[in-house]
Amino acid sequence: MPEAASSAMARWRRRPELWLLLVILIVGTIFSALAPGFLTLPNVIDLLDTYSVQAIIAMGLFVVLVSGGIDISFAATASVAQYCAALLAARVGLPAPVVILAGLAVGAALGCLNAALIHYLRITSIIATISMMSISFSLLMYFSGGRSIYDLPDWWTSRVTFYRTELASGDIVRITLPIVVMAAVALLTWAIMTRASIGRQLYAMGGNPEAARRIGARIGVLTFFAYGYLGVLAALGGMVQAHRVGESVPNAMVNTELAILSAAVLGGASLTGGIGTVPGVLLGIVLLAILQNGLNLLGVSSYFFQIVIGITILVSTSITVISSRRGRRHRILEEAPAHG
Amino acid sequence: MADPTPTDGGGLLRFFRGAPGGHLGLLALLAALLLLFSALVPGFLSQGTLNSFMYQLPLLGLLSLAMVVPLLTGGLNLAIIATTNQCALLMVWIMRSLIAPDASGAAVLGVIALALVAGLLLCLVIGLLTGVLVAYTGVHPILVTLGTKSLIDGISIYLTRGMALSGVPDALSSTLNASILGVPLIFLLLVVAAVLLGIILKHTPFGIACAMIGSNIEATRYSAIDTRRVLVGVYTLSSVTCFLAALVVLGTFNSASADYAQSYLLVTILAAVLGGVDPFGGFGTVSGLMIALAILQVISSGLNQFGLSNYLTVAIWGGTLIGVVVAQTAWAAFGPRWRRK
Repeated sequence: MPEAASSAMARWRRRPELWLLLVILIVGTIFSALAPGFLTLPNVIDLLDTYSVQAIIAMGLFVVLVSGGIDISFAATASVAQYCAALLAARVGLPAPVVILAGLAVGAALGCLNAALIHYLRITSIIATISMMSISFSLLMYFSGGRSIYDLPDWWTSRVTFYRTELASGDIVRITLPIVVMAAVALLTWAIMTRASIGRQLYAMGGNPEAARRIGARIGVLTFFAYGYLGVLAALGGMVQAHRVGESVPNAMVNTELAILSAAVLGGASLTGGIGTVPGVLLGIVLLAILQNGLNLLGVSSYFFQIVIGITILVSTSITVISSRRGRRHRILEEAPAHG
Repeated sequence: MADPTPTDGGGLLRFFRGAPGGHLGLLALLAALLLLFSALVPGFLSQGTLNSFMYQLPLLGLLSLAMVVPLLTGGLNLAIIATTNQCALLMVWIMRSLIAPDASGAAVLGVIALALVAGLLLCLVIGLLTGVLVAYTGVHPILVTLGTKSLIDGISIYLTRGMALSGVPDALSSTLNASILGVPLIFLLLVVAAVLLGIILKHTPFGIACAMIGSNIEATRYSAIDTRRVLVGVYTLSSVTCFLAALVVLGTFNSASADYAQSYLLVTILAAVLGGVDPFGGFGTVSGLMIALAILQVISSGLNQFGLSNYLTVAIWGGTLIGVVVAQTAWAAFGPRWRRK
């Protein structure tokens, strides 16, 4: 059926993921031609490991963005949860499962506090989360005095390798814990958002909260779920970050807000809600990762990287919006908007 | 949502009404804080406190003004601090590279004038580009300005390698640090900028168009207002305010760097919302913002003299905002019933 095929093509052409994939392939090809070390398995695995924390948190942020909100406080949440867990582990000496659960609980509590401010007090999400960010981060700095915790227990800092192989070139490739956690989180988020009713309701709420309410979605529950989920994932990301660097530094995660937000937005999540896919967000992170890594391998100054990020955000968001606007003009009712 | 008094004839009436009328609650909070701190901190109501107040407020104040203009249209300019720093860097760079050590007074003045013009032009260009991107692509302003912030910061950091540039000539720095009748010049700069912006936003067609765009951009477009041109104007005005902030940076730090004042970015939004600016756009006044800034600064000075850490100040700022918004929501929900009785 050529007609069906062409309509499928047309649908795909409007998906930001496709454009992103195209850009990634082009950039990847250029880098692998210019920098010989770029397209090697160790380098790719290394990249995955480096960007795992950002990816984990971006998954949570994506859920909030789909619900039509925004959260700026996740980096502060991650720091607070990480530090609380580190205190419990290093000072009180609690066992691993208790510490991890406590850390996740702190994240969930902070996320639910955001949700309460937004849902019950009707504070705009960006304002509520900016305030929460300044409150929780400042209190963390005040009570911790900015002191890092270096003596994390061994179970936290020792590297966990799930799969290890030696290549013919002698390089060792390790699939480590952060990569596995990232994959699990991405899979879970994808399942929730596409296969569970709460995920579909979140899309509906992001598209039109009033309509979603009238078809029976409980907006309050959805709000608490979205921000709570982000809180939990931020806490998880925070603890994985401490696992990677082997210490807990109270301000290590600060100022990553805008980078993670850029990655989610690059992947097609809309700030107005209701749009976005897990693969898209992952592709957004991949694009930022290979840009940074490729430029590094090419020997371009790391100072230059921020300029590239800025240009990438401007160009990609403009293209996405303009192409979807053109698409909307041609689209008549027969086609449902695609969320995959 | 954040409209504090939606009952008295909606926002339109409030918008046209006199300045301090809608801010009774904020003024009461300010008075209460002043009383509290003067009771708790000996010597709080002194000339020294007033002086530090007038020296510390202008930078945050001008940056908040730069943020309020886009906020009023329902947008946001995340690039204000990046713009300010780049403008300050450019001005310092011009002055330190063009002024010879043995230059005559007239030559120095000429170079300073050149630097000021260059800084203003840079801000104009940044503002125009941002405005064009926001207005003509239809991308959400948060994203556009996130991109421009990253780009501008990147360029500044790339060119300076993250170092601070010093070398503001004495003529300029002593002018910027001068005071007239005991009032610092930079504080006067803030006052003048606030009054001007207040007049522009309240009493010119441009200002009315800004508020209308913030309320409903489609309706504004159908009312024969060129919304795109207004939006370009909004971001240009915001950037030009950053030029004034850059002057304050030069006066206060006597140098320029890509990472000065970065922590103020979210505080400016906080101050604006505390002052009754609706984050969705449409409503807000400069006078409200000024009262909010005074509240934040009083909290900060008071806690400082109390001997508390800076971190706690920021936490209390956040708490104040949430408290005020909660009070506004409660007032909107229960206030009318009390008043009618």
